[in-house]
Amino acid sequence: MARFTPKVVTANALIEGDVVYLTADDRWSRRHEEAELIEDEAHGQLRLLHAMGQGNLVVGAYLADAKAGPNGPEPTHFREVFRTRGPSNYFLGKQAELI
Amino acid sequence: MYSYSDFDEAFVRSRVAQFSQQVERRLEGALTEDEFRPLRLMNGLYLQLHAYMLRVAIPYGTLNSRQMRQLAHIAQTWDKGYGHFTTRQNIQFNWPKLPDVPAILSALADVEMHAIQTSGNCVRNVTSDHFAGAAADEIEDPRPYAELLRQWSTDHPEFQFLPRKFKIAVTGAPNDRAVIKAHDIGLRVLKNDKGETGFEVIVGGGLGRTPMIGLTVRDFLPVADLLPYIEAILSVYNTLGRRDNKYKARIKITLHETGKDEITRMVEERFAELRPLFGGHDQALLAEIKAAFAPPAYRNAPVEAYEDFRKADPVFRAWADTNLAPHRNDQYAIVTISTKAHGKTPGDATAEQMRVMADLAERYGHDELRISHEQNVVLPHVHKSDLPAIHAVLSQHGLATANVGLISDIIACPGMDYCALATARAIPVAEQIALRFQELDLEHEIGPLKIKISGCINACGHHHVGHIGILGLDRAGVENYQITLGGDGSETAVIGERAGPGFAYDDIVPAIERIVQAYLAHRDGPAETFLQAYRRLGLAPFKAALYPSEGTQDAA
Repeated sequence: MARFTPKVVTANALIEGDVVYLTADDRWSRRHEEAELIEDEAHGQLRLLHAMGQGNLVVGAYLADAKAGPNGPEPTHFREVFRTRGPSNYFLGKQAELI
Repeated sequence: MYSYSDFDEAFVRSRVAQFSQQVERRLEGALTEDEFRPLRLMNGLYLQLHAYMLRVAIPYGTLNSRQMRQLAHIAQTWDKGYGHFTTRQNIQFNWPKLPDVPAILSALADVEMHAIQTSGNCVRNVTSDHFAGAAADEIEDPRPYAELLRQWSTDHPEFQFLPRKFKIAVTGAPNDRAVIKAHDIGLRVLKNDKGETGFEVIVGGGLGRTPMIGLTVRDFLPVADLLPYIEAILSVYNTLGRRDNKYKARIKITLHETGKDEITRMVEERFAELRPLFGGHDQALLAEIKAAFAPPAYRNAPVEAYEDFRKADPVFRAWADTNLAPHRNDQYAIVTISTKAHGKTPGDATAEQMRVMADLAERYGHDELRISHEQNVVLPHVHKSDLPAIHAVLSQHGLATANVGLISDIIACPGMDYCALATARAIPVAEQIALRFQELDLEHEIGPLKIKISGCINACGHHHVGHIGILGLDRAGVENYQITLGGDGSETAVIGERAGPGFAYDDIVPAIERIVQAYLAHRDGPAETFLQAYRRLGLAPFKAALYPSEGTQDAA
């Protein structure tokens, strides 16, 4: 059986559409490094169910691959990297707002 | 230009009110996302990578100055100060917040605009030639037919839940600037032997994961038969189209699976049923619409000042050579304003630039603007004596780039900088290609060359019909770009041929440069365009340039 790759739960905020991450203490953070790094598949499913039950706060929750980093979880796929910062054609989105 | 009737006005206002309540119910929690999603999509509201996106319809790409100013106002008030013109002649705002969307839709309704049917499995914005009503080669202005189709298809009860989205394009000229052969239905206005007006009806074109050039199902459809015939096509598609598989749901697949002869037979049969039901109201309406598209009152004035200025100013001359197209009135010109300044996002305009273009249209352009599917803005009716003044204003606002039809006039979809479906970025690739050829100072030497870039297989960037097409994919977690060559979106439409294995993000611009150098080395003089050279030479010399080491290495 394939080894489980660590994950974070991510979604978009209902009101602003911003990319958000589920933290271990059940908050939705704009910062990837504050996300809960999920290292167990069954726990991941539970956290995803929890997120999907919060449809009045977030939209489209899913599990995204991540890895541990010095300041907290880091994205591994380029799509998730882009979601942590915003578009590359303008200095807008998180890269401008989360400094 | 067409103005809303009382019916249009009431309909759009009622949709704004309805959607405002739906947003309210979503925010209160009375609607779940599953319930809300189809409702927001029907009103053009997507949720993308970083934010919501609102797609606003610009019917057949035609705008007046007041509407363009309102788009600027929306960009500044509820978005981040810019908008993105799309390959379907629409505009997208990339950062609206959900609670603000009702106010935006209301502001649009104030200027007879909306976002209805810009998403979902319905008939989308009917697109047209961006030079419609102005082009020297035109048989008839196609926009009245596009408007008739817009009115017929808006909220049409039978066609709100089609198997898949449905795109119609109309052109009134033999030179196809509206890519009609890559639409679900393409219509080309023509005259028959008796001098009567009608349409060539092309069905089943489309790009996406299964690119196909449409097939002609009627060589000549009389004008009076337009609506019943289109309704017959939609009706047959609605019945046969596959709802079991999203990737096989477009009419091009239905046509392919059922066969052109059988589909044509079914359409004709359905048409025979429908035709008697159209009692002539549609033709009365068409006559009213045509009156609204009467040509502007052209000015009769000398054009010598333009000729003199052209001779005297090389910068102006370079711009005039690339960005002007022949107008049916020889004192006039069609101005294409490039929104492709080198290194900038193709199709983006700031609120300030929108206002500048609106002012120019109002002052010099009979109050008309167009959005082209190539993501530029057009002033369709400009007296030549006004061109120097227009160029001077454009120059002050980053809008005087002299590159229309050249290598830096690139179509690029939003790609993974915005789009949730994208598999790779498209915008930075376009920016870097434009900058590289500016650096080489080669683009005027290269001449007409259309590069089109899509950030996923859905092909919003029309890469299949680019002379050079670039498709961004995700290959094992890395951006990878496939190249197609020899595509053509005009009346001689053809799907490009895949050149070979893809290139990494850092290698795609050098790869494009090698293709262009191969063209320059092999062309039969500067008069032979890239596409002509490709058609003469085939893939081989370009492939050799793209993959130089292949001849020397053993096949692995």
